[in-house]
Amino acid sequence: MSQTAHAAGRTPRRALLGAAATASLIALAACGSSSDPLASTSTSPSPSASGSTKAPVVVGGANFSESTLLAEIYAGALRAKGIEASTKPNIGSREIYLKGLADGSLQVFPEYTGALAKFYDKAYEGTDPEEVYAKVKAVLPANLTVLAKSSAEDNDAMVVTKATAQKYSLKSIADLASVAGQLTLTAPPEFKTRPQGIPGLTSTYGVTFGTFVPLTGQGIVQALTNGQAQVANIFTTSPVIAAQDLVVLEDTKKLFGSQNIVPLVAKDRAEELRPVLDAVSAALTTPVLVDLLRQTDIDKKFPKDVAAAFLAANGLG
Amino acid sequence: MTTRIWEWLTAASSWRGPDGIPARLGEHLLYTGIVVALAALIAVPLGLWVGHTGRGRWLVSLGNSLRAIPTLGLLFAVTLVLGPRITGQLAFVLPSIGVLVLLAIPPLLAGAYAGVEAVDPGVRDAARGMGMGGLQRLLRVELPNAVPLLLSGLRSAVLQVVATATIAAYVGLGGLGRYLIDGLATGDYAQTGGGAVLVAGLALALDTLLALGSRTVISPGLRLTVART
Repeated sequence: MSQTAHAAGRTPRRALLGAAATASLIALAACGSSSDPLASTSTSPSPSASGSTKAPVVVGGANFSESTLLAEIYAGALRAKGIEASTKPNIGSREIYLKGLADGSLQVFPEYTGALAKFYDKAYEGTDPEEVYAKVKAVLPANLTVLAKSSAEDNDAMVVTKATAQKYSLKSIADLASVAGQLTLTAPPEFKTRPQGIPGLTSTYGVTFGTFVPLTGQGIVQALTNGQAQVANIFTTSPVIAAQDLVVLEDTKKLFGSQNIVPLVAKDRAEELRPVLDAVSAALTTPVLVDLLRQTDIDKKFPKDVAAAFLAANGLG
Repeated sequence: MTTRIWEWLTAASSWRGPDGIPARLGEHLLYTGIVVALAALIAVPLGLWVGHTGRGRWLVSLGNSLRAIPTLGLLFAVTLVLGPRITGQLAFVLPSIGVLVLLAIPPLLAGAYAGVEAVDPGVRDAARGMGMGGLQRLLRVELPNAVPLLLSGLRSAVLQVVATATIAAYVGLGGLGRYLIDGLATGDYAQTGGGAVLVAGLALALDTLLALGSRTVISPGLRLTVART
């Protein structure tokens, strides 16, 4: 009895180790064959399908609710005009999804002018909306382009609770400089290395936080409102700012620049998509976007339904 | 890719500061230690009691059914529910430790129970014949005989917890999981790969250590039996 039980105890562990070793070998082999993990998992058309304009359009979305909503709006508008379109939301951060656009597995992505310009030119510091838009067109890789930008803007912001703002008398990001050492910042993990993230806060404002807690999505808001962090990187269009009575610290030195919403598209599909997506960008404004996000984030409606209602109301659906 | 992972692992910058490899490794070991200790405090006495009395075997079945719970899913659920109710860092620590303890309990419980259960009935009868009481029999006869299976339970618990403690990084804590998540978020796959290699290496190292350690703890008489199989 003792012996059988003992043997039984050993076998699964060996099998487990063997399986783990095999899995890691496979993973390494996969890494070796392609430098881009997105390419191997993508179900979208192959990158070589550049010639045929009839291939369905894949609209990607980043890992936050506004990006998902915008992707649904773009895809819905395209479908209404007879262009076959699907969405691939929640891909991740800009560092990840831009590779998907570059290799042709995505054709459309809701983007932000300033962040896009800064991604391709780390040293860029322009803040005027028109100038930033022109800059984006200049720095994009040859196979990508942007369509007309929307007047709707969603910027990164340093957000605190009203209590924190009063306690340290904070009005702008610069006011954080003297107290940041005692405070905890929460933001997505990529904020740690982005030029418009922690490095930018230090070089532009001399602000260095005591602790950094990397979280994503609603986790960031929750950490701020529950007091696990005192300062959070929340978008200016976020409906929680009004709902939770949060304070957006003024970006006096324009670290976060201009962030107009703009469809980033594959160049070979641009002319086909332009009329549809330009009409969408024209209909989008910042207050409209905040209202749509209130429906998805606070009323918990499905992004697809909110997108459909928006398109119908604007004669785009 | 393999060379880039190697470069990341050997770069001096990966070994410095609060997010350097030594610090993250320390956090990872700390989480693992706390989790396994808590799980052992719960599971081992329970398993011994079930094995000794033969009562409450359903507890072991229940423990085994715990293995079916997806740890990551549970972590998200617990964080969502508990998050708003707890203040401070505890809101991240408690759910992470809690779900990992749940993960570590089944192998420890099964090991302790099976170890005692598997003791030769002749040995138990002899102990009773010598006039030993219940507690004496448990501590001086059943427990030493149960050590091999108990340790094998401990080894699988440690292995599972080390490999799974990476999920603590999902809720903003440290540990080696930080490299996986930060690497994915920034498209720095060398960092992700390096983190994965470190976790696997740590798991193998700890398992080897425990295997060597268990040789010295197991009574020589039992070792003979094991050797003969």
